[in-house]
Amino acid sequence: MLALASASVTAAAAAHGYRLREVSLEVRPGEVLAVLGPNGAGKSTLVGLLAGSLAPDAGGVTLDGEALSAVAPGRLSRRRAVLAQHSPLAFGFRVEEVVALGRAPHAGCGRDVDRAATLRSLEVAGAGGLVGRDYTTLSGGERQRVHFARALAQLDVGIGSCGGDTDAGGTGDGARYLLLDEPTAALDLAHQQAVLGTAGRLAREHGVGVLAVLHDPNLAALHADRIAVLDRARLHAAGTPAEVLDAQLFAEVFGLEVDVMAQPRHPDRPLIVAVGRRTPMPETDRRRTGSNRLVARPETLESPHGSWRCK
Amino acid sequence: MSVRPRAPAVLGALGLATLASILFGLGRGAMSIPPGEVLSALAGAAGLPGTDGAGGPMANVVLSIRLPRVVAGALVGASLAVCGAALQGLFRNPLADPGLIGVSAGASLGAMLVIVLGPAMLAAVPALGALPGSELHLLPFAAFAGGLAATWIVHRFATRDGRTGTATLLLAGIAIAATAGAGTGVLTYLADDVQLRTLTFWSLGSLAPSTWERIGYVAPVLALGALFVALHARALDAMLLGESEALHLGFEVERVKRRLLVAVAVVVGAAVSVSGIIGFVGLVVPHLVRLAAGPGHRLLLPASALLGAALLVGADVVARTVVAPAELPIGIVTALFGGPFFLWLLVRERGRIGTGA
Repeated sequence: MLALASASVTAAAAAHGYRLREVSLEVRPGEVLAVLGPNGAGKSTLVGLLAGSLAPDAGGVTLDGEALSAVAPGRLSRRRAVLAQHSPLAFGFRVEEVVALGRAPHAGCGRDVDRAATLRSLEVAGAGGLVGRDYTTLSGGERQRVHFARALAQLDVGIGSCGGDTDAGGTGDGARYLLLDEPTAALDLAHQQAVLGTAGRLAREHGVGVLAVLHDPNLAALHADRIAVLDRARLHAAGTPAEVLDAQLFAEVFGLEVDVMAQPRHPDRPLIVAVGRRTPMPETDRRRTGSNRLVARPETLESPHGSWRCK
Repeated sequence: MSVRPRAPAVLGALGLATLASILFGLGRGAMSIPPGEVLSALAGAAGLPGTDGAGGPMANVVLSIRLPRVVAGALVGASLAVCGAALQGLFRNPLADPGLIGVSAGASLGAMLVIVLGPAMLAAVPALGALPGSELHLLPFAAFAGGLAATWIVHRFATRDGRTGTATLLLAGIAIAATAGAGTGVLTYLADDVQLRTLTFWSLGSLAPSTWERIGYVAPVLALGALFVALHARALDAMLLGESEALHLGFEVERVKRRLLVAVAVVVGAAVSVSGIIGFVGLVVPHLVRLAAGPGHRLLLPASALLGAALLVGADVVARTVVAPAELPIGIVTALFGGPFFLWLLVRERGRIGTGA
C-alpha cells in the first residue's frame, strides 16, 4: 500500500497557503485510482509526494507502512515507476535508448533481458514502431508514449522480464506502483484508451497499484476503480466513479454544469456530458447556491487561538 | 535515421587517432624527426630488446623535451573533454563548459595570485621559501584551491533546502567568473613586465612549461578524477531526463551532483595548473562525439577523453610550429579553430541544440 496520511505541502505563493492540505489517500495494489481536479488543485504535488521526489511539510507518506523517506532510492525505484508531465530531454537519444534508461534499477538482469524488456515495453505502450527514431524528432504524443514505455520497463511487470512477475496478483508486500501524471495529455483518442487499458491490465493481472491524473472524467469513469477529486489543495471526494461523479461535484469543483447518465455499455459507470457553460458560481457565492447543507468537519475548525483538533 | 557506429568501433578509431596524434606530436617541432626514429627512441627508453638503450640527440629531444609536453597535452585534453561532457550532462545543457560555472576562472585567479604575489609572500614568510620546490608546489595547489573555492561559492548560492537549482548554478557561475575576472584584472595591473608575460601565457594557455616533475604531480589527479567522473555515466544518462526522473529511477541526484561538481573542480584546477586556461576543448569535443556516437555517457565519456587528447596534442603541434622558433599560446589555437567550428555546429544543429531548458 502506498499511502498519504493527512499530508500537507505548504506554499507561501498560493492563496490558501498550501499546495496540498491534509490529504489522506491510498493507492491500493490491483486497482486504478484516477485523480481529477482543476488546474492548480495540487494533483502534481500529490504525485510528487507519492513518488518520493517531494517531502510533506506535515503528515506522512508510507509504502507498506514504512515512511517513504526511509526507503532507499534504489529499492524504491524497483517498487514504483513515474510518468511525469514533462521531460526536459533535449539530447538525441534513440527511442529504445530512452526506454532502456528505465532498466537502470534492474542492473544485473543481463543485457539480453534488458533488451527484450525494452522492446516489449515499447510494444505494450503502442510505440513499437518508433524503434530507431531520434527522440528529439518525435511529436509530443510520441514522446509521451516513449516515456510511458520507459515507466513500464522500470516497473518490470507484464513485459516478461526478470523477477518482476513473481508478484502477479499479489496484493501485499512487494506490490508495484505506477504513478501517471496526465498520461493522456498529448495523446490522440485511441492512444488515450490504450494507455489506460494497459494500466488497468497491469492492475488486474499483475496487482500493480495505478494512480493516474486525468482531466477527462469519462476516461476516469470508464477505467478507474476509484476516483479522487482534489480542489484547492484539499481532497474533495474519493470513492467509486458512481459515488463521486455527480452533477453537484462538477458544479462545486469545476463550476461546470453537466448531465450525468449511465454509460450505455457499462450501466454501473457514469457518463458525463458537459452542458457547455459555467454555472454562475464565483467562489464567494458557493455557500449560498447548490445544496443548502453546511458541513463542518472537526479537523477543519479553527479558533482565534490557532487550529484546534481532536486528540 | 543515421546509422550509429558501435562502441568498439568508435573507441578503436579514436584510440588510433590519439596514438597517431601522439606520434605526430613527438615527431614535429623546431626539428622534424621521422616516426621511425621516434618509435626507436621510445623503444630504447622502454628498454626493449634490440635497441641500444642509449639515446642519441634525437632521442633526447623526443624523450626529454617533447614527451612530457605531449603527455601533458593528452592528459589535459582528455580531462577537460570529460569534464565538459559531464557538466553538459549534469546541467542538461549542451553549452555547459568548465568555464561556465566559474571553475576555470577561480583556478586561474588562484594561480595568478601565486605568480604575482608569490615573490612578495616568499619575502614576507621566508619559511615558505625554505620548502623544496615551493613555487612549483604552490602554484598547482593555488589553482586547485581557487577552482574548488569558486565551485563551493557557486554551489552555496545555488543550493537551498539541500537542492541545487541548475539555472541558478549556471548564473551564479557567470557572476563568480566575472568577479574572479576582476581579481585577475587587478593582478594584471599590479604585475611587473616579467610577470605580465607569464600571466599572458597563463591566461591563454600553454603546454611549454610541462616538465616531468610537474606532470608527476598532477597526472594522478587528472587520471583518477576523470575516471571517477566516468564511473557516473549511467547517472548522467538518467540526469538528461530531468532531475526528478533520475530520482525516480533510483539515483541519488543531489549526491551525484555534489560529487561530480567537486570532481570537476579538482580536475579542472589540476589541468589549469599544468597548462593555464585552454578553452573550447570541453565544449566542442563532447559535441563532436555526440554527432557520431549519440549522447549515451557510457560511450561519450571515454570517447571524449580520447578525442580531447588527440585534438589538444594536435593543437599543441600547431602552437609550436606555425611561428617557429617562437610559439603561440595554445589557447589561441583552440579558440581559433574551436570558435568558428562551434558556430558551424550551431547552424547545423539549429533547432536541436538549446531547445531544451
